[in-house]
Amino acid sequence: MRQFDTALGFAGSRHPLLRPLRWLVYLLLVAVFGGPLLALMVSAFSPVASPTSLTLWPEHVTMDNFARAVDRGVLGYLLNSFIVVGFGLLLQIAVSVSAAYALSRKKFPGLRLVYLLILSTMMLPEEILAIPLSVVLADVPVVHVNLVGTLAGMIIPVAAWGFSILVMAEFMREIPIELEEAARIDGAGEFRILTTIVLPLCRPALGVIGIFGFVMIWDQYMLPLLVAQDSAQFTLPLALRTLRSDPEVGLGVLLAASLLALLPSVLAFLAMQRQFMKGLTSGAVKG
Amino acid sequence: MTVRAVRFPRLRGGLTPWLFLLPALLIFAAFKFVPAVRAIEMSFHEVRPYLGDRWVGTDNYGTVLSDADFGAAVWHTVVLAVGQTAGSILLGLVLALLLEGTARHLWFIRTAVFLPTVVAVAVVAEVWRILYFPGAEGILNSVFGWFGLGPSDFLNSRDSSLSSIMAVGIWRGAPYDMMIILAGLAGVDRSLYEASAIDGAGRWRRLWHVTFPGLRPVFVILLTLAAIRGLRVFTEVFLLTNGDPQGSTEVLMTLIYKLGLERHDLGTAAAGSIVLLLATVTLTLAVRARRKVGTT
Repeated sequence: MRQFDTALGFAGSRHPLLRPLRWLVYLLLVAVFGGPLLALMVSAFSPVASPTSLTLWPEHVTMDNFARAVDRGVLGYLLNSFIVVGFGLLLQIAVSVSAAYALSRKKFPGLRLVYLLILSTMMLPEEILAIPLSVVLADVPVVHVNLVGTLAGMIIPVAAWGFSILVMAEFMREIPIELEEAARIDGAGEFRILTTIVLPLCRPALGVIGIFGFVMIWDQYMLPLLVAQDSAQFTLPLALRTLRSDPEVGLGVLLAASLLALLPSVLAFLAMQRQFMKGLTSGAVKG
Repeated sequence: MTVRAVRFPRLRGGLTPWLFLLPALLIFAAFKFVPAVRAIEMSFHEVRPYLGDRWVGTDNYGTVLSDADFGAAVWHTVVLAVGQTAGSILLGLVLALLLEGTARHLWFIRTAVFLPTVVAVAVVAEVWRILYFPGAEGILNSVFGWFGLGPSDFLNSRDSSLSSIMAVGIWRGAPYDMMIILAGLAGVDRSLYEASAIDGAGRWRRLWHVTFPGLRPVFVILLTLAAIRGLRVFTEVFLLTNGDPQGSTEVLMTLIYKLGLERHDLGTAAAGSIVLLLATVTLTLAVRARRKVGTT
């Protein structure tokens, strides 16, 4: 019954006006949601004078904006962003896998409490904790290290993320226990079971938490804002505001920097779309 | 790939899970739980760097709850949260209904529509600052001009600043909601559509009596997520207006940020954070409780 493929059930309808009308609607939607971003990307390659000259069709293509953006230190900001997202994501995946292994495959007293604690961290976002977090970052408890003004201050706090631990734990729970038992009889230790038996089976889940972690860390704003003391530690998203308000620099530099700030997460998303959609729904249903 | 056997000393089974949990728990303790406790502590003190904190009881809370700026910020936050939530869900529903299906071109269009959600908030804010350029020559105002609508000041006028921010939030939120609703639509039993059609129900009645009831759990999830996100809105507002013009877009988080990190009134800022935190937790637990009641 093709007619009832979708809730609106338009697929089976044969009205002659419907097809062009639908394409018009599609075009409008793509223009409204994709248009501004496309205009931003195209305009980064065009000579820009005023904030009103975003264009979809530049008169001539130029790399001037990028050259001037490089003069303004954009490569340094980009490098900071890559360092933060690279180390942050690696740590986050390692920490999530490790914690999820204990949560999903072990029974121990206190399991429920730990689960609740991790769930509760999702109710304590950086934004709400900003003020005390800025105090803690300047003097980390017990070790008394000052993370303000260091990239480590943007990396270590994102290394544990409730969402990726819970998604990972949910996935690991489905792996049959027999596999593990067989390995254990062969004399494999915990660490070996995790890395050689469980982890290879978690590939889809690793994709999910990898892509979500990437987008989340790349999008971070409050944490870098609290940590960065001067432009030497700015990540690219953080630097946009400064580039915009720099009186000597036209809009072109902002556009070029925005393009660079937009590209990695969009490319990551396009490359791992299927995993992203899977994670989106599983995250939402559990959230 | 051979992984060299790294053998942990065989501790008694009871310790192993804790070893695996340790990194996560340490980081959460340092950057979530300690700050939460510090916030409570600071909220009862006048925080004076180098001089030592002075206990002031509930004075900070009194300031927060009676201050006119806070009152206005609460109002703006609620208006923004409600407007963005409702707008995103409604638009997301329309998008999902229009773009449901398995055809390849639909998949392509859905991807294009979804992009605003993946792009960093900071970039989104800069794009919209450009689009919102006030005056007739501004880009969005030029588009308005085609339809004979007058130029708007958007972010620059008290009357339109908050709704302009809201529109950006809806633009970024609706595609996300669309994806969740699409997942919900996939779960609605196709045979129900068929059966209701045989019973003579038209397209709209089918939507009303079959599709929407099937989507109810999805709506509850979206409402919770959006409400919680709405309460802690910061980056968009910080970058689009930072509370201006004349405080017309000041939300709780921008006010707390200014109080704490610009005016160094950490105690009052902490009290504001705690109030916000309590609101978030209450909201989450309330919806969770309702969901449990609803499903059993």
